Amino acid sequence: MTGPRQLGWLGRIAALARKEAKQIRRDPSSAVIVLFLPLFLLFLFGYGISLDAASVRLGLVLEERGPEARGLAEAYLNAPDFDARLYSSRREAERALQANELRGFIVIPPDFSERLNARASWPAQIHVVTDGSQPNTAEIVANYSQGVLSVWSVQLARDRGFAAAPAISIEPRFWFNEDLRTRYNLVPGSIALVMTIIGTLLTALVVAREWERGTLEAVFATPVSAIELLASKLFPYFLLALATMAACVLAAIFLFGVPFRGSFLAILALTAAFLTPALGQGLLISSAAKNQFVASQLALFSGFLPAMLLSGFMFEIDSMPAPIRAITTLIPARYFVTGLQTVFLAGDVWEVLAPAILKMLALGAVLSFLAWRVTPKRIA
Amino acid sequence: MTAPLATLRDASKSFAGLERPALAAITASIAAGRLTGIVGPDAAGKTTLIRLMTGLVLPDRGDVSVLGADTRHNPGAAQAGIGYMPQRFGLYEDLSVQENLDLYADLQGLSEAERNSAFDRLLDFTDLGPFRERLAGKLSGGMKQKLGLACALLRRPRLLLLDEPSVGVDPASRRELWAMVRALVDPETAVVWSTSYLDEAERCDEVLLLSEGRLLYAGTPQGLTARVEGRVFRVRPEASAKRTLLQRFESDPEIADAVLQGDSIRVMTRRREHAAALGSASPTPPRFEDAFVDLLGGSHLQDSPLAAAMRTIPPSDVPVIEARGLTKTFGAFTAAENITFQVRPGEIFGLLGPNGAGKSTTFKMLCGLLRPSSGEGHVAGIDLRRAAPKARARLGYMAQKFSLYGELSVRQNLEFFAGVYGLAGARRAERVATMIDVFELGPMAGRNAAALPLGFKQRLALACALLHEPDALFLDEPTSGVDPLARREFWSHINALVKKNVAVLVTTHFMEEAEYCDRISLIYRARLAAEGSPDALKDAVRDAELPDPTMEDAFIRLIERSDAERAAT
Repeated sequence: MTGPRQLGWLGRIAALARKEAKQIRRDPSSAVIVLFLPLFLLFLFGYGISLDAASVRLGLVLEERGPEARGLAEAYLNAPDFDARLYSSRREAERALQANELRGFIVIPPDFSERLNARASWPAQIHVVTDGSQPNTAEIVANYSQGVLSVWSVQLARDRGFAAAPAISIEPRFWFNEDLRTRYNLVPGSIALVMTIIGTLLTALVVAREWERGTLEAVFATPVSAIELLASKLFPYFLLALATMAACVLAAIFLFGVPFRGSFLAILALTAAFLTPALGQGLLISSAAKNQFVASQLALFSGFLPAMLLSGFMFEIDSMPAPIRAITTLIPARYFVTGLQTVFLAGDVWEVLAPAILKMLALGAVLSFLAWRVTPKRIA
Repeated sequence: MTAPLATLRDASKSFAGLERPALAAITASIAAGRLTGIVGPDAAGKTTLIRLMTGLVLPDRGDVSVLGADTRHNPGAAQAGIGYMPQRFGLYEDLSVQENLDLYADLQGLSEAERNSAFDRLLDFTDLGPFRERLAGKLSGGMKQKLGLACALLRRPRLLLLDEPSVGVDPASRRELWAMVRALVDPETAVVWSTSYLDEAERCDEVLLLSEGRLLYAGTPQGLTARVEGRVFRVRPEASAKRTLLQRFESDPEIADAVLQGDSIRVMTRRREHAAALGSASPTPPRFEDAFVDLLGGSHLQDSPLAAAMRTIPPSDVPVIEARGLTKTFGAFTAAENITFQVRPGEIFGLLGPNGAGKSTTFKMLCGLLRPSSGEGHVAGIDLRRAAPKARARLGYMAQKFSLYGELSVRQNLEFFAGVYGLAGARRAERVATMIDVFELGPMAGRNAAALPLGFKQRLALACALLHEPDALFLDEPTSGVDPLARREFWSHINALVKKNVAVLVTTHFMEEAEYCDRISLIYRARLAAEGSPDALKDAVRDAELPDPTMEDAFIRLIERSDAERAAT
């Protein structure tokens, strides 16, 4: 007869973790959650939501038909960012804007050529009217039409043989995301969202499920301690989340063509750091919510929504009011989004990554501690 | 005598949001070598009492000591020596039998050698050997229960705590489990078995009888039944007069209790000398339930005012509820097969069977909530396949857990259901007022349904089902788990309805409840195994070995016969 198992707590954690792994493998919804859901979300954010101005419908009204005016109109008609169309009058373009057929329109006024050729202190003007009900698009229309105009005016100056181009010519150059494709930012951002779902929501649900089915009661009546139970949930879901992460990264690179300038090691470090608070939060929720409905609501409100709205993924943190900005510092996804965007678009910039990793670990430590404190090994 | 394995001293426990404590100042002990029953209706505090002994719940006041360790300071020491099977057995349904055993063996820290001998012993003990690889979720109710027991027995606990282990399993499995647990009791160990079935209480060595969080009695079951010795009789009236006589007994101040038992009435007098007034009554040995009712002060019921609140349906031989060859399959699984029966006006018909036998499936098909794969159902002459909503307007339905809206007040619940049944204006106001009056809900009318005591919830649920004066009433496990007095009150209302010729269809897994029915069908493994009056079914199995069979005896024997016939064909 061999002696009693000396493994003690380690043996119990291993037994529970093995059980968890078996359940994950047998549950057909696991595959959906690990592979299908992330890819679906990436597609949604990668293709469905785009903050780019590509093929924005734009109206053009020529109130004069001089060669310069026609030249500028040509420039707009050929610009790749716009789907431009000519209208015979302002009134007609306004109507189209009101009917939501246009995002904005540009008017070349009757005195355009005259002013341009006078080259006096009285510069030529065009009018840009945009749909302010969609501020994002409006801004893009305004900026892009400005861009088209400046390119055209430089060209014009050269054509006319001015040796010296306009005193200062602005040539915008966007770093890291040269084409200013928002998809490049959104895909890494949406990976953070997916990982929040896997880390927080799934963990919260699996513990609540055990409460619901009454299995936790039987387990708690054995020598298992609360912390052993929590630990046994962490390991399998940590590995599961890493698998999901791998799928997401591969999809980002090969399906969405997002440039990848950093290293896999950096991604792994970031992910591992992010999962500490994400899993900790899930466990914290699960100790408060003893049924899956409440658990999913809590995970949605405390995990998913902040990750979506306050992580800088959708809305720029710098343009938020100060109190909201302060709140964002407590959102782990914020650091994960920054980190991922850096690794994908800029490379392993450890000056950026290291603080992000440390902050996520700190949040993770706090959340895990709370989860451990509030998960009593009692049921009432 | 050895020291008790568990003692509770003045232990009280309250939960937030509930008015009365779940347990109030309980002082009791669990002796080694005994099978102790924790007996009481739902919400009496049975589960809380067991959880106190597991250390999973701590008392607000008082102390609980288990195997010499105080659960407040040293729950681990207590937990190392107990085996606990919670209400739903605590099994992982997506793990196999063996994997469940492995998991609990690891959690209990069994060594390799210990576990192998424990597995052999327990798989043999539970006859689960051939099913080692089967997922726990795919086991029958009785087998799940045995596996749950096996998991709790891995470490040979000194104190085995079983929380309502026999709920919902078929009678044969229930007896088998009882025998298995009996065999575990030895001078060093004790078993605690909680139950709301009073027939189980009779078979325990000791009982702790709980009601509304208070300990009513602690001692041997015989000690309690002895108190009503010589006061219990059986009266056998004319079949047609039995309900009228029952009502007379119920309102007689000299009679402490009267219930239907098939064709006879079981009567308990207040005092021994009152027996003379009963006339041709034959004395019968008292049972635990008699003593429990006596302890609660006896039941005394006035004629149910419900009769006055319902229209009289003309008597007729045309069935109100009719099932013709109802069959329902879900893929390869047959949930109900060729179910045929009829219920006439003024008749109570019962479908008796364990959980999962097909009762609910049959019920749902007859309410038009589930489309039969074949066969047909009629309610009040309306074909459920063609006009289910129209048929539903003619029936009242009381679901198992009462399906009340917990956040609505009593009055709002009534008004909502009146609206659902299409009552409007003055008629609606009148029916709601009548129901509040009949069921004495007035003082509770403004309270949320969720906060009502169980008995009031039951009244309200019945009131909601009767607002529209239906031709047929469907009751799904109407009184399982309620205390005997509430059950008697409930059935006095049903008796009133029957006099008005309402047809009543009841499902139950509860043998005593079947005794209230005029006719019952035994339903087992999706098929009807036998049909007849309760007495006829009991007579069918009566022989030298079983001179006075109970409903449960009849059920087990008739199922065996039906299985044998099935095997032969």
